[in-house]
Amino acid sequence: MLRKRLVVALTTLLLVPFAVGANDAPVKLGTTADHTKFKELQQEFKSGPEVTKACLSCHTEAARQVHRTKHWTWEFMNPENKQRLGKKNVINNFCISVPSNYAACTACHVGYGWKDGNFDFAKEENVDCLVCHDTTGLYQKPPGLAGNPVVGAPLELPPGSGKFIKPVDLAKVAQKVGKTSRDTCGACHFRGGGGDGVKHGDMDTSLAAPDGEVDIHMDATGLDFTCGTCHKTSSHDVPGSRYTPTAQDKGGAHIRGKDKQGNPATCVACHSNTPHKEARQAARLNHHANKVACQTCHIPEFARGGVPTKMVWDWSTAGKLDKDGKQFTIKDEKGHDIYASHKGDFVLGENVKPEYRWFNGEITYTLLGDKIEKGDKPTQINRIGGSPTDGKSLIWPMKIMRGKQPYDPVNQTLVTPHTAGNDDTGFWKNLDWEKAIETGMRTSGAPFSGKVDFVETEMYWPTTHMVAAKDKALGCTECHARDGRLAGVAGVYLPGRDANPLIDKAGWALALLTLLGVLGHGFIRIIAAKKH
Amino acid sequence: MAERIYIFKKFERFWHWSQAALIIFLMLTGFEIHGAYGNFGFERAVDYHTTAAWTLVGLWVFAIFWHFTTGEWKQYIPTTEKVVAMMKFYLSGIFKHAPHPFRQTTLRKHNPLQRLAYLGVLLFISPLIWITGWLYLFYDQWAAWGLGNLDLALVATGHVIGAFLMLLFFIAHVYLTTAGHTPTSHIKAMITGWEEVD
Repeated sequence: MLRKRLVVALTTLLLVPFAVGANDAPVKLGTTADHTKFKELQQEFKSGPEVTKACLSCHTEAARQVHRTKHWTWEFMNPENKQRLGKKNVINNFCISVPSNYAACTACHVGYGWKDGNFDFAKEENVDCLVCHDTTGLYQKPPGLAGNPVVGAPLELPPGSGKFIKPVDLAKVAQKVGKTSRDTCGACHFRGGGGDGVKHGDMDTSLAAPDGEVDIHMDATGLDFTCGTCHKTSSHDVPGSRYTPTAQDKGGAHIRGKDKQGNPATCVACHSNTPHKEARQAARLNHHANKVACQTCHIPEFARGGVPTKMVWDWSTAGKLDKDGKQFTIKDEKGHDIYASHKGDFVLGENVKPEYRWFNGEITYTLLGDKIEKGDKPTQINRIGGSPTDGKSLIWPMKIMRGKQPYDPVNQTLVTPHTAGNDDTGFWKNLDWEKAIETGMRTSGAPFSGKVDFVETEMYWPTTHMVAAKDKALGCTECHARDGRLAGVAGVYLPGRDANPLIDKAGWALALLTLLGVLGHGFIRIIAAKKH
Repeated sequence: MAERIYIFKKFERFWHWSQAALIIFLMLTGFEIHGAYGNFGFERAVDYHTTAAWTLVGLWVFAIFWHFTTGEWKQYIPTTEKVVAMMKFYLSGIFKHAPHPFRQTTLRKHNPLQRLAYLGVLLFISPLIWITGWLYLFYDQWAAWGLGNLDLALVATGHVIGAFLMLLFFIAHVYLTTAGHTPTSHIKAMITGWEEVD
């Protein structure tokens, strides 16, 4: 009996590994689909749209979901002020505008083939799935190809430059698709404004694999958040808008099952309205949040990852040539351009202390056609709303991008120059403003007088990324001091910064007089005592 | 020949000196918070100021209880008797070694000017500081208390005015401790309880 049991046991032990061995491929976790196994993806793709068609054969709704988003339309109607915004429509003080430069700019479009005003936005296979869902890092869309990757043979870009771009193996990329990552979002958003870190100041390639010093949430060896952890997306519509930002989230932490939870990308959406629990002055700090955005204390500086951001861009000095009549660049000691013939002068900044403004989330753009005046004050590319008393505003950290850019002094409007393009009018090649603006304004359908002048501009970029570890948050005296960070921010009484100067003067004067009085009195008493 | 009378009881002396220490500390931390100078650092100054304020509140609870149960509160009832004489004494008599116009007893331990000064502190400076101070502390509750329209600048300025008045009182008070029977007799009395009188 015992023997029989032993035999059974031993046999079982011997057989178990074989039982597992019958299906010994390691189980993929985190997804229920291994895309390498799909027949649809085991083919040689000749173009991006061919891949998309394969994707759509299973993900039937995906393209039409994308079609509804800003990432696709580059257009956004601000429901508050009815301004027609979006990349397609706004003007900034970096590369200025998109319309006559589609083929270059749309390298960052989630689609294929947007080279001019005739792009077919209704076509499902024009959606680019791979640019967001690539996990290999091999998928790239160079500027100039209207959002297409290089496929088949290596491509010389720009033509005649001798620089060849390797083709992408679309099948390989397609079989390895997955969730979005810091790399996929970052491929465009880290490089806004034409290069690494140029535009935002709080987003650059240092966030691809940051340490906790740069971003406590994205810390690659810590919490390791992706963009999507906060920008929690459903139906392909990524929440968190720069056109209608949430300046003050009164809604508290998001709870499952609760309706209308609003923007999931705010600090409050996770941390609630009373996030300070352990700090010694927890209640007092929580109360600060009634006036001060989380970002103000918790993002002490932006551009902290070693990548500089552009703080000033002066287009008015563009166009200089070296002694051989060629375009040239001047670099700073770290090798970053501070002058380029085709772009003008730059001032770069690293570890930049933000400027602070009352901000209620309202942003109004100066759009093409809006009248502007060249005066003492810079033209506001976007104006932010906010006041200490409107009940909707908090004190926010801002990157304020300053620049000088071309405008039409006769029509008194901003202009949309044609910059990128290997043609006769693109400014970057020809360095001729009149021609470039003529072409650009024609594409935009706006009048151009033929006269060009330069106007100073400012653009507000609320700072929200690169959240530091809590022990790196601002100390009290960064603001509670006479010349602290909030020196120019009115409408709130800050102990340590503010005082009634009259009361202070009178108070100290009376104290001094009293002191002198009693000292004099005492002195006379001593003299009098000696006489006695 | 100097005579000694027992004026300040044990609790009274403890109250006086601990209150003195707290008020000095509150002035030091308070004026630092106000940005007048730096010592503890803003954050710790705020922390200490708050703790010291609550400690003083606790001390006052005992002091008020003591004053009412012992009847000592009557020491602060103002009088006009000899006020002019006291003023004359401080302005001239004191230099000529004139006799002190007021004679302390256990039932009347404060001279008429002291009575007025302490009553002023009690009825004006203290309420100003306490009311503004508490409002300041509970700034985050204003809306809940229906005080949403109250201006922090106003409250803060009131608190600062109170602080300056306390500073003035402090300077004069410290000096006048030397104006007793002998320069140190008042101070000794506040330490030992026994005052030398003429």
